[in-house]
Amino acid sequence: MNTVLEVKNLSVTFRTEDGTLSAVDRVSLEVGESEVLAVVGESGCGKSVSAMSLAGLLPRTATVAGSVKLDGIELIGADKRTLRSIRGREMAYIFQEPMTSLNPVFTVGHQIAEVLRTHIGLSRQAARDRSVELLKLVGIPSAERRVGDYPHQLSGGMRQRVMIAMAVACDPKVLIADEPTTALDVTIQAGILDVLRELRERLGTSIVLITHDLGVVADLADRVAVMYARRVVETAEVHELFSRPQHPYTAGLLGASPAAGRHAETHRLNEIPGLVPVLAEQPDACTFADRCPRALDTCTASEPNLTPGPHRVACWNPVREPVEV
Amino acid sequence: MDALEVEDLVMHFGPVRAVDGVTLRIRQGSVVALVGESGSGKSTVGRCIVRLLEPTGGTVRLAGADITHLNRRQLRPHRRDVSIVFQDPAGSLDPRLSVGDIVGEPLRLMRRKDIPAKVSEALRRVGLRPEVAQRSPHELSGGQRQRVSIARALISEPRLLVADEPTSALDVSVQAAVLNLLADLQRDLGFACLFITHDLSAVEYLADEVAVMYLGQLVERGPRARIFGAPAHPYTQALLSAAPVPNPAEQRARKPVLLGDDLPSAIDPPSGCRFHTRCPVAVDTCRTVVPEQRVIGEGGHQVACHLVQDDGTGPDVRTTLGVTR
Repeated sequence: MNTVLEVKNLSVTFRTEDGTLSAVDRVSLEVGESEVLAVVGESGCGKSVSAMSLAGLLPRTATVAGSVKLDGIELIGADKRTLRSIRGREMAYIFQEPMTSLNPVFTVGHQIAEVLRTHIGLSRQAARDRSVELLKLVGIPSAERRVGDYPHQLSGGMRQRVMIAMAVACDPKVLIADEPTTALDVTIQAGILDVLRELRERLGTSIVLITHDLGVVADLADRVAVMYARRVVETAEVHELFSRPQHPYTAGLLGASPAAGRHAETHRLNEIPGLVPVLAEQPDACTFADRCPRALDTCTASEPNLTPGPHRVACWNPVREPVEV
Repeated sequence: MDALEVEDLVMHFGPVRAVDGVTLRIRQGSVVALVGESGSGKSTVGRCIVRLLEPTGGTVRLAGADITHLNRRQLRPHRRDVSIVFQDPAGSLDPRLSVGDIVGEPLRLMRRKDIPAKVSEALRRVGLRPEVAQRSPHELSGGQRQRVSIARALISEPRLLVADEPTSALDVSVQAAVLNLLADLQRDLGFACLFITHDLSAVEYLADEVAVMYLGQLVERGPRARIFGAPAHPYTQALLSAAPVPNPAEQRARKPVLLGDDLPSAIDPPSGCRFHTRCPVAVDTCRTVVPEQRVIGEGGHQVACHLVQDDGTGPDVRTTLGVTR
């Protein structure tokens, strides 16, 4: 499989009044053609900052180091012209909250057409026709009529479909979807996940899916990268990750969500004691060591790196036995 | 005597018919989950029960006492019987007070004695050290703040706890700890609980009975095992089929029922059965005749649907209309 997006040792730091704060630490990821890579983790693990740094959506206070290559073209440190030709065109974004990402004073058709006219120079009429097609593609009923609607006339699910239509307007190679269904109800989420699945199948779009929801991961992902405290701690093919997690954090996370048919009378959810470290106080330790039930002396003395191979784990004492699912 | 009896509860905000005839009972010491999506009215029901709102119609009885239209002074003796925990612990704890003051406040309002000792005990019970009493809410993590809310809610030893999305703002690993805590406290202290949530996996873990709301009304209620094992209402079936499970093999074999994105307006709800505009199996009767709640099985399993027979048999939209992937 061809690698479309290759991220190597991506680090992001922010300048703040209290000094430099690290948000992402040496993250490496690969996304193949028409592959869905899920990046999973809890609040503050760095998953959203990683996603935003991929095409330079971070504020000026951020410093990005490392390498991000899209189809072999380096994006980190690239000039504005290169970035402009890529952002929104080769690599597109959808965000969690569709209402705040759409402009309330223009019709959705106008907003989609703007993307088409700016990036590929379509005429007014051609852009409008294509907008209708795109709305149909993302499953909006009576698209010819809806193209003239303003964002407030649409439900949350419809708005997210419009966002997806805008994102895929220029047929991007990679779609970065940052918590695309988190603000939506489950019956609406199911529809949005189907749209993403169909885009991948029909257009061959690669998707980086940022989420905290393991159900969404199980539904859509081909491969998963688990982030903890600014680093990727494990990556594997999705079935492999869920049935044989090797990092104690991944195993802990999987055991924390209630499973079907289990009640508190007979089962207990797995808790991960302690809190996520705010700053790297011990740079030579595994960031999970002080919460880890399997920690050894080595874990507080030196930091583990990801092992090579298809199932990579950054752990000195990985879980070897398959978990009961 | 039941801990809570709600009869034909109606709550209108001007033209918005947020709650339109909800009947619900909670036995002493049992956990009833009130499930529904955004806009279903489930939180409004909770707010009427703790009398943050005065219902437009119907009755709310706490341990036999009718509190529906009591004024502030009249409510005071009933305040200790019911408490509420909200979704967002950051927004519901007064930032100017210490944790000890927040937790002890209900007792102070009841002019109780030995408050510091009771606060320490309440904190210990929710897994916090007594020293936390001197801290300020902003110094605590989200999970710790939710523990403080729970300690405050339970310090007056209420008969009924209304928990309104208590884990929705929390990360998975923290959610697990809070769900375990609620299960332990409920078993040890024996209070009745109305658990308001959209998270079906948490419902299965915590609830004895489940009530499903759609657009201001209950569509189905019954024992947990019945609702999850043999859901009768097409909406309940769709909801269960749409919630993804964190297991890739199982999730990919499932067929969610897609309902379309538009929830009708609560200002002008659909005639007949309110779900008919999105129901995949609706017939003519559904558009004109309002379905009555009928008992269809053991444990008081009730449903409001024309298509379900008295013995509980009827269409299962999951097998007939699920989308094959």
